[in-house]
Amino acid sequence: MRGAGAPHPRTSEPENPVLVVGDLVVEHRNRSTGEVFRAVDHVSLSIAPGASVAVVGESGSGKTTLAMAATGLGARGTGDIRLLGHSLSTIGRRELRRLRPEVQVVFQDPHGSLDPRQSVRSGLRELRALQPRRTSWIEDAELLGRVRLAPEILDRYPHQLSGGQAQRVCIARALLMRPRLIVADEPTSGLDVSVQADVLALLQEIRASTGAALLMISHDLAVVRSLCAEVHVMYRGQVVEAGPCEQVFVAPVHEYTRELLAAMPGARWRSRR
Amino acid sequence: MRAVSHLQLDPVSVRRASRRPRTSVFWLSLPLAVTVGLVFLLPLTGLLPDAGQNLDATRQPPGFLDGGAWAHPLGTDKLGQDVLTQFVSAGRLTIVIGLVGALVAIVPGTLLGVLAGYFRGWVDRVISVLINAQLALPFILVALAIIANRGSSLPVLFLVLALTGWAVCARVTRSATLAVRERQFVFGLRAAGASETRIVLRHILPNLAGTIVALGTLQVGTAILVESALSFLGLGVVPPRASWGSMLASGQDELSQAWWIAFFPGLAITLLVLLVNLLGDALLTHHDPRKRRR
Ligand SMILES: Nc1ncnc2c1ncn2[C@@H]1O[C@H](COP(=O)(O)OP(=O)(O)O)[C@@H](O)[C@H]1O
Ligand SMILES: [Mg+2]
Repeated sequence: MRGAGAPHPRTSEPENPVLVVGDLVVEHRNRSTGEVFRAVDHVSLSIAPGASVAVVGESGSGKTTLAMAATGLGARGTGDIRLLGHSLSTIGRRELRRLRPEVQVVFQDPHGSLDPRQSVRSGLRELRALQPRRTSWIEDAELLGRVRLAPEILDRYPHQLSGGQAQRVCIARALLMRPRLIVADEPTSGLDVSVQADVLALLQEIRASTGAALLMISHDLAVVRSLCAEVHVMYRGQVVEAGPCEQVFVAPVHEYTRELLAAMPGARWRSRR
Repeated sequence: MRAVSHLQLDPVSVRRASRRPRTSVFWLSLPLAVTVGLVFLLPLTGLLPDAGQNLDATRQPPGFLDGGAWAHPLGTDKLGQDVLTQFVSAGRLTIVIGLVGALVAIVPGTLLGVLAGYFRGWVDRVISVLINAQLALPFILVALAIIANRGSSLPVLFLVLALTGWAVCARVTRSATLAVRERQFVFGLRAAGASETRIVLRHILPNLAGTIVALGTLQVGTAILVESALSFLGLGVVPPRASWGSMLASGQDELSQAWWIAFFPGLAITLLVLLVNLLGDALLTHHDPRKRRR
């Protein structure tokens, strides 16, 4: 729990939540059969500035769909999404583009998150050109240092990076934007077990030092428990249980949460502690 | 997103699998480069026999046959003109038509395919209808209609090549774009505030470059075949210009007396198109992870 007690720069004045999702419904239409599948079913959640909120659920429960809709990057669906105080249903295209860098997403597949034709350096250069004022606060080498990467990495292409290195580059790219909300969609699922803990610690540290809120999406309860204060349990598109981590994990109310907890490796050991 | 997960192979297996196509690309390009070099450079050396008529030496067999003379290595035609000299200059036109014909198909095809695949919606619907309509029309009908209307000339030939070629290019680039636009880095760029134009021009197109080059190569083969077929029918390249296709056409009457007039251009078209198509396939395999895995 490194940095858990660090002061949040933005907690001095009460602020509006960085993200409010109200009664969100997102449906996917299968293009060949025309069938409609409800991936997110009446989900509501709210994230305060600097908070760390988790969404857990098995694969296919709609977590990614929720994250993409909530950040305005994917299918919108119906329902109210307020991102940093702006309603996504009424925001203009230009305004949305200006708002976007405030919200950064770290995806599951680190190699898929980097353009294979771009070296790390030219990727960062492009981000700086896109957001000149926002990104001038840190040099490339120092930025990579923040994610524990050596500056040699700058001249590599994505296929020359290991999964862990690529994910650190993705985190660095997100950090460069100085976001107010970081959405991490299963950021460690694609990585070797040996580097998973490091990447999680890094996310936690960045959250603590920048005061950004973190929306952590995972199917792994251990990850959630070590990183987040609040958890939403998703099952088949619905949030079946939500609350502070300790409460949900110690006294789960919903049957599905109990199953998840029972399936968790080392569950007994953890709950006894 | 599920549909494209197979494109996200781990890079190690991709690198390993791509080794073999690269060497075949080299060995296929080499004879093509030599052919192009010879056809364009030979006339500059002054080694080629004179192009003029010589009624004393009509229908001479090639130099390596009985009755042939090395003054005319590939023999002469019914007017005593040197076949090798004709062959080289006709080859030049054939190659130019192949390259330009591919370009005029690939440029609009790629543009429309990327637009349809990236922006989807009504843009996609309109372009897809056009693609399917074009693919449903038999090419020879399109060609005949245009040529009947406008006569045979090089610009008309390129119009025919563009019309008959763009749809295949558009269909392939459309589906390749559909796959790339769902890659996570595209969402990441959008999150950084990149415009759609920038994403298409700076990220989607470069990631399609391999596919486009491969398609263009295949299109060169198609253009040469179409040109040859039209010229054979007297609808493509017409005198005073000559291509390998039109040489084949003018040589067909002479097949019983002087087979070499039609034989060498025919052989050249076959080998050229075969090599170009093999090269295009190798390039496509090289750049298409779906094929690479097979
Ligand atoms: N673009 C899409 N088109 C159709 N169905 C989709 C699409 N994306 C996701 N789905 C479906 O929606 C459901 C939820 O997917 P997703 O949000 O990716 O879940 P998770 O991230 O929890 O694994 C899955 O059943 C998936 O098949
Ligand atoms: Mg997911």
